[in-house]
Amino acid sequence: MKLIEAVPGQEFVITDIADDFVRLQAIRFGIAEGARAICQTVLPGGPVVVRKGKQEMALGRNLASRIQVRPVEGK
Amino acid sequence: MAHDCCETVMVNAPPGALKVVLVGNPNVGKSAVFHALTGVYVEVSNYPGTTVDINSGRMGEAVIYDTPGVYGVSAFNEEERVAREMIMQAETVVNVVDAAHLDRDLFLTLQLIDMGFPTVVALNMMDEAAAQGLAVDVDRLSALLGVEVIPTVAVKGQGVGELKAAVLRARRGHRTPAIAPLLPDLSAPADAVLVAEDDEVVCHAHGLALPGTREEIYRLRRERADDTAVKVIKETNRGASFATRLGRWSIQPVTGPAIMLLFLIAMYYIVGVGLAQWLVNITEKTWMDGYYVPFVTGLVARVVSLDGFIGQVLAGEFGLLTMTVSYLIGLLLPLVVGFYLVLAFMEDSGYLPRVAVLVDRLMTKVGLNGRAVIPMILGFGCVTMATMSTRLMGTKRERTIATFLLSLAIPCSAQLAVIAAMLAPLGLLYGLLFTAILLVIYGVAGVAMDKMLPGRSSDLLIDLPPLRWPNPKNILQKSYLKSKMFIMEAGPIFAVGSVLVSVLSAWGILERLQGALAPVTVGWLGLPKEAARAFIMGFVRRDFGAAGLFDLTLTPHQTMVSLMTITLFVPCIASVMIMLKERGKKEGMLMWVADLTLAIFIGGLVNRALFW
Repeated sequence: MKLIEAVPGQEFVITDIADDFVRLQAIRFGIAEGARAICQTVLPGGPVVVRKGKQEMALGRNLASRIQVRPVEGK
Repeated sequence: MAHDCCETVMVNAPPGALKVVLVGNPNVGKSAVFHALTGVYVEVSNYPGTTVDINSGRMGEAVIYDTPGVYGVSAFNEEERVAREMIMQAETVVNVVDAAHLDRDLFLTLQLIDMGFPTVVALNMMDEAAAQGLAVDVDRLSALLGVEVIPTVAVKGQGVGELKAAVLRARRGHRTPAIAPLLPDLSAPADAVLVAEDDEVVCHAHGLALPGTREEIYRLRRERADDTAVKVIKETNRGASFATRLGRWSIQPVTGPAIMLLFLIAMYYIVGVGLAQWLVNITEKTWMDGYYVPFVTGLVARVVSLDGFIGQVLAGEFGLLTMTVSYLIGLLLPLVVGFYLVLAFMEDSGYLPRVAVLVDRLMTKVGLNGRAVIPMILGFGCVTMATMSTRLMGTKRERTIATFLLSLAIPCSAQLAVIAAMLAPLGLLYGLLFTAILLVIYGVAGVAMDKMLPGRSSDLLIDLPPLRWPNPKNILQKSYLKSKMFIMEAGPIFAVGSVLVSVLSAWGILERLQGALAPVTVGWLGLPKEAARAFIMGFVRRDFGAAGLFDLTLTPHQTMVSLMTITLFVPCIASVMIMLKERGKKEGMLMWVADLTLAIFIGGLVNRALFW
């Protein structure tokens, strides 16, 4: 599913980032493909905030719809 | 450090001194480490050709340079380019990392080690990590990296002595083995790494084509960073501190806007009421008008006649020694200082990126993303500085939109002061109406630009640092430096502007221009013909023009029309220069003409639409 469809509290693994520039940035931030993160907040019509460990970051709506994630079972 | 490309100037490098460069991610307490290492004597210089300020200071025989916070050594934006150029000239690197965000920060650490720089890691914010229930095995980390790791709490001075000693013993660490096969055979390891990471400048300097291996290297390094972090971090408890919870509330759908509203109200009372009314009343009315102006006028009168040309230029209505000084020091300085204090607080507390998250939805409507609040908020301080900061935006399209909106619909602090002073007597209704009209213009202009300009704007991707109580010393220092730059920049322009207006007035040109412009001022805008003088002054600075309206006798209706026109009017000369420089002559001029036309057009519409 897409990251934009995640609900707050949901844990997931990032499977694909369809933007070259963002993919590079994401590797440096530590949320590259394969990273496990939690959806912290989704602002209505706005960005998605994700958390990996103690690290929080916000991704614009448009961007979040181009990131594929796989929900972690049982969460 | 041997490297054979990128000839650049290192700011104020004394010969023979060890060049130490501080490198770290944003918001890891790098400037606190810098001040702890160097003490009070800090030099600030603008990195040549950029808007980026570089602090430098001495630590014994060594010179320490601070760099902008970056997530890696590359050239994704202007701050990264500056940081990269400075790092390439380093003899020793002090890498400041946030102990609470070690996994993120280690990417940069490993990149610096891969590049072969003698490195010391300052493992900063150990107290915050402990408060979050994290423990870091420092010896293990040091062994894995191959460099010394010094735990610090820089704001409290903890670990600074050890760090100072370690800087002089800095050594090269263990480079990431997995990337070795991807590196080209170059004498300088830093160059080899940047070539393999597709850095255009370095590849070009060596006459090499981009190898296209950046993403692979980034991935391998990220794997090692994550692996290292897992080995050295122990989580002792999972409780979230109050700051963490407040940070989360500040971006929740309901509590977020509420917290932002509280913040805006607090800001209004501090800057709008406390400074703009109470303090300015003292500085402007009591000090300047009461003591300074009569004193300096008397002084000038002893040498030349006040009615003569020189007397007018020096101490007349627009006098160089009277109006310019009293306006700059009495009116603007307190406001500008107040503004920068608030801004520094927002930056250092980590609240600013959260505001960006909250407004992202609105900003995407005008073709920008949430990060654009930074230039927009800066614009309320000084549009010139804000226009320069648009360089940090992702695409040229966004820079164009933001620059135009700044030049049209964002009044700077100086102008706001005059607007507030003139609107206040008219009552709340006028104030709200004024704000509403300005917001509509901002929105309509932004949406129109977004529709007209080809291409697509970049998306929000922002790191949210933990909320923390900022260090007062850092805030004071930052605001002081920025205010000083403001006075140094605005001062000469003010002086030139006031002389110009004095000269125009003395030669009777002002009178004739007023007559020539009467069809616009009187006919279309419904203002007295003397208002043209204010608009002419407005070409120099909008606030200067607004101040010119101050002396006219206007009805509430005319006040509204004239303030609206002068607010939308062309930005000050300094801003126009920067606009032309940043956006090119053609685009810059087009914006300038659009500002002028829209200001007069909308002013006239307001004149006709408000009929009570």
